[in-house]
Amino acid sequence: MDMKVAKKKLGLKEKYKLMTRDLGWDTTYQTKEDVFPYVGYEGIKIHDWEKWEDPFRLTMDAYWKYQAEKERKFYAIIDAHAQNNGHLNLTDARYLSALKIFLQAISPGEYAAHKGFARVGREFPGVGTQVACQMQAIDEIRHAQTQIHAMSNYNRYYNGFHAFADTRDRIWYTSVARSFFDDAMSAGPFEFMIAIGFSFEYVLTNLLFVPFMSGAAYNGDMATVTFGFSAQSDEARHMTLGLECIKFMLEQDPDNLPIVQNWIDKWFWRGFRVLGLVSTMMDYMLPKRVMSWREAWDIYGVENGGALFKDLARYGIKPPKGWDDAEKAIDHMSHQFMLGLYQWSFGTAFHSWIPSEDDMNWLSAKYPDTFDKYYRPRWKHIKKLADAGTPFKNYGLAKLCQCCQLPTVFTEPDDPTLTCHRESVYNGQKYHFCSDGCKNVFDNEPEKYVQAWLPMPQLFQEPINGDLGAWMEWVSLRDGKDNGDYAGSEDQQNFEAWRGLATTNQ
Amino acid sequence: MSTVFIALQANEETRPIIEAIEIDNPQAVVNRQPAMVKIDAPGRLVIRKSTIEEQLGREFDLQELHINLISLTGNVVEDDETLTLSWNS
Ligand SMILES: [Fe+2]
Ligand SMILES: [Fe+2]
Ligand SMILES: [Zn+2]
Repeated sequence: MDMKVAKKKLGLKEKYKLMTRDLGWDTTYQTKEDVFPYVGYEGIKIHDWEKWEDPFRLTMDAYWKYQAEKERKFYAIIDAHAQNNGHLNLTDARYLSALKIFLQAISPGEYAAHKGFARVGREFPGVGTQVACQMQAIDEIRHAQTQIHAMSNYNRYYNGFHAFADTRDRIWYTSVARSFFDDAMSAGPFEFMIAIGFSFEYVLTNLLFVPFMSGAAYNGDMATVTFGFSAQSDEARHMTLGLECIKFMLEQDPDNLPIVQNWIDKWFWRGFRVLGLVSTMMDYMLPKRVMSWREAWDIYGVENGGALFKDLARYGIKPPKGWDDAEKAIDHMSHQFMLGLYQWSFGTAFHSWIPSEDDMNWLSAKYPDTFDKYYRPRWKHIKKLADAGTPFKNYGLAKLCQCCQLPTVFTEPDDPTLTCHRESVYNGQKYHFCSDGCKNVFDNEPEKYVQAWLPMPQLFQEPINGDLGAWMEWVSLRDGKDNGDYAGSEDQQNFEAWRGLATTNQ
Repeated sequence: MSTVFIALQANEETRPIIEAIEIDNPQAVVNRQPAMVKIDAPGRLVIRKSTIEEQLGREFDLQELHINLISLTGNVVEDDETLTLSWNS
């Protein structure tokens, strides 16, 4: 059908109405309830979908125009990166560990977000909501694709990039992110919006992308800077959608408040655990660091998240239940998690290493109250063992949290010398947790979490049956190539050799 | 008062936009970080089409901001002339 384009340029509001709201229709031969069957069961009451506002008023025509522009900019740089041996401009190939974790744990999350938004865009009855979710579904698949494409350049030269899909599905340290997205995708449409649109996009995404991309810029990785910023340029819209969604629910009916609060509590904590991975990237894996995890948290968590919850207080929303425990964990989590990653590094599809004296001095300056007291002595001990030719490897299997699926390596909020364990009994079975936050999530919906697939029990099931080599094959981990210490790895040797060739006439 | 912010990629396209934001928001603080510029302001930040056009020397559609936008906070209100970020508290 031909669209008559008005001669006079339409104002933003008119254009939005014409190209969004006017695309909707009322059903006649089917009831609304039959067409939108999933919108009621969570208990959220909506009286008027017309009240949904997209503050950016982005219409599909403008959307395609700007997205095309972003893609042109992205591929110009990706091509230049590939044509000019961009991988040799890195500060150091240690940097690639951060990238490998990103590809294995986060990019598949983009794809999961795509699937989720495609679904909820169909399940919500409001036209404004449908259009916004449709755009976000397309954004998220773009993010997955551009990230995989950008990082495929590294796969030509370095280990650990080749099997990210298997790694995402099967290995242990990615399951914190995988289970986060699986949990969101198997929730109802409103909960999905809180999980992804609100908690992930609004509260957490800044902590993930912004310092990480600046870190990539600091470490000479133009490809990642480009996919990061290209993806992030959509996130402002996603965050705004998340915030609008929460305000919409709260304004529609006072009965929605306790349901929304409960989801905020749950998804803040779920997201916070995913950020554990990010904290190790920021504090340990960037050879040239841009800011510490603590500094990033102060800006984007305390200041920005704090402002948000203060703003939402007018609806009766309180800061998430785990907020104080999170604050107490900030100065510990990257160290505790990194020590875990290092001692199980035979089972990681990236390299880790013992921080150098310089690195440790940086960490003690950034964490004056915790690093020298609790973590430097442990790294020093590990270094001593490595120097003696007896490197510390933990072949014991970690106890996993039934909720976040991370090994229970974190400590009590008020005692950093005591590992935190919680348990619940459900139907005669005992389940373990890393924290009160994760136990609370389980206790609210035990039927959901007893079904969780956990990477450690899998070790004793078919086709692995407790054999480490069979496990490595099953997770597509190539022993001696993808895993272990950076020192002496193929990545290290190759990077140094190639960079030598690039900077001399040998 | 809570801080609002907008973060933009640091490039040739955003230089005049950042200058315009500085002109319209004297209380704003501009932080230059690797590859990005983050602008913080107490409570409220206004971005005006007309000021950007003066700095840029051409017509500018406020939605062009999306191309170089990295992040923002606060409640967003946009019309043809302005984009405003604010906290209610
Ligand atoms: Fe995304
Ligand atoms: Fe997103
Ligand atoms: Zn947990």
